[in-house]
Amino acid sequence: MSRVGWIRIAVLVIAIGLLEFCCRLGLIDHRVVIPPSQMADALVRLLISGQANDQIVRTFGIVVVAALISVVAGFALGVVIHALPRVRQALDPFFATYYAVPIFIFYPVMIVIFGLSVIPIVLMGVATAIVAMIIATLNGLDRVPRVLSKVARVHRMGTIATALLLELPAAAPHLFTGGKLAVSYAFIGVIGSEFILAPAGLGRVISDAYTDFNNRQMYALMLLLIIVATVVNMLLHVVDQRWAERRGIAKS
Amino acid sequence: MIATKRATDTLIMLVVLLLAWQALHQVVGTTALPGPVPTLAYLAKFVPSERFAENASATLVCFFYALMLSYGIGLAIGVWMGVHRVSGAVGEPILISLYTLPKVTLYPVVLLIFGLSLSGRVTFGAMHGVLPVALLTMTAIRNIPPVYLKSARTLQLSSWQTILTVLFPATLPEVIAGLRIGFSLTLLGVLLAEMFAAKHGLGFLIINAMQLMQAEEMVTVAVVLFAFAALANAILLWIEHQLHPRV
Repeated sequence: MSRVGWIRIAVLVIAIGLLEFCCRLGLIDHRVVIPPSQMADALVRLLISGQANDQIVRTFGIVVVAALISVVAGFALGVVIHALPRVRQALDPFFATYYAVPIFIFYPVMIVIFGLSVIPIVLMGVATAIVAMIIATLNGLDRVPRVLSKVARVHRMGTIATALLLELPAAAPHLFTGGKLAVSYAFIGVIGSEFILAPAGLGRVISDAYTDFNNRQMYALMLLLIIVATVVNMLLHVVDQRWAERRGIAKS
Repeated sequence: MIATKRATDTLIMLVVLLLAWQALHQVVGTTALPGPVPTLAYLAKFVPSERFAENASATLVCFFYALMLSYGIGLAIGVWMGVHRVSGAVGEPILISLYTLPKVTLYPVVLLIFGLSLSGRVTFGAMHGVLPVALLTMTAIRNIPPVYLKSARTLQLSSWQTILTVLFPATLPEVIAGLRIGFSLTLLGVLLAEMFAAKHGLGFLIINAMQLMQAEEMVTVAVVLFAFAALANAILLWIEHQLHPRV
């Protein structure tokens, strides 16, 4: 590993060690934060006991469903919008504003419309994620090199063959970036909604544990969420960078 | 010409949104979602009222403090990590993974530390805003073309002159972009905090109205916040476009 990588690990280890140390010494009240070792211990016990399994499956299931809907529908909408330049132009201000609006203010509206069920949560996940996928699809299709359409014409390829064999692979790195964003946004949308108000799910369990002063349960599940979100995002990030490098659009 | 065209597009967009709202209202009924006309009538009545003023100012005060913290801390971290290469290389992946984390998970910790207070909501808002400001400031400083620094040296500028006439203008557009995203996310953080646990503020009003089944008030507050966020974003975006060097 590189020197920078080692320093990074050292920084993280020292930060966690410091937190552990402060908690053990009583500098931080255990009613506020419990030592990281106890969080890990509580998480392992919780996972072995299987008490929270239903909630875990439920929440991550919703995230997966929301991300899948966003990627598929976002891609389809992106393709349609890309084919209609006038519509796209009119949608420009909408896309520029979309992520500036705190989308969660519409969650209560959705609850009133659809009831307190799984539907508003999936919708919030899709609402936070889908526009990122649409924008990424538009970007990807914009950057398909002109020469490829000439190649298609030279080889007398049909529309479908051109789309599948040339345009899709050329746009793929951008599409992957969109998918990556869609997953992490779906996470934020689903978990945020569950926190505000939900019949069940990890967000609900954590907020209940907070209300009951059940710190071990709360920190265990928080740790789980943080680990899963970080690992998933890191994996997607690494794959994304590889693709970008191969296509010569690396960011750094 | 371009300006009028853009204004027309925005207008078309607004009309489409209003029509979609009306259509949804027809489908789900008045109790769930009041139509645009009654909502706007309610808005005209509600916005001048004292209750609205109280809650809006509670949110604004909280948002202002959170924004100052986001900008102050975010710029400090961004400049440090941009200038000091090793810190930047070490810290960037950490910042990126914090950025993609659903920070709402951590709100109970903030509550345990600060209690149900203004400082808790401010901290939570700032937690959202700091990261984009820091990340974009860092990239802005790193991406300064080396030739700028070389020409500053050729012209024998002092370090202050270099900072003021070369570094500052070169990084400004990207830094402003960071400030814009920081603005939106800080607002999101503050509202989430108010929705989850608070007794004042517009986020609280929305949740309260939902629980009391006052759909009109709920949608009205959402519309006001939507308009505020969209307008602020448009202004900041406009400034950003003005600053971009025309190539």
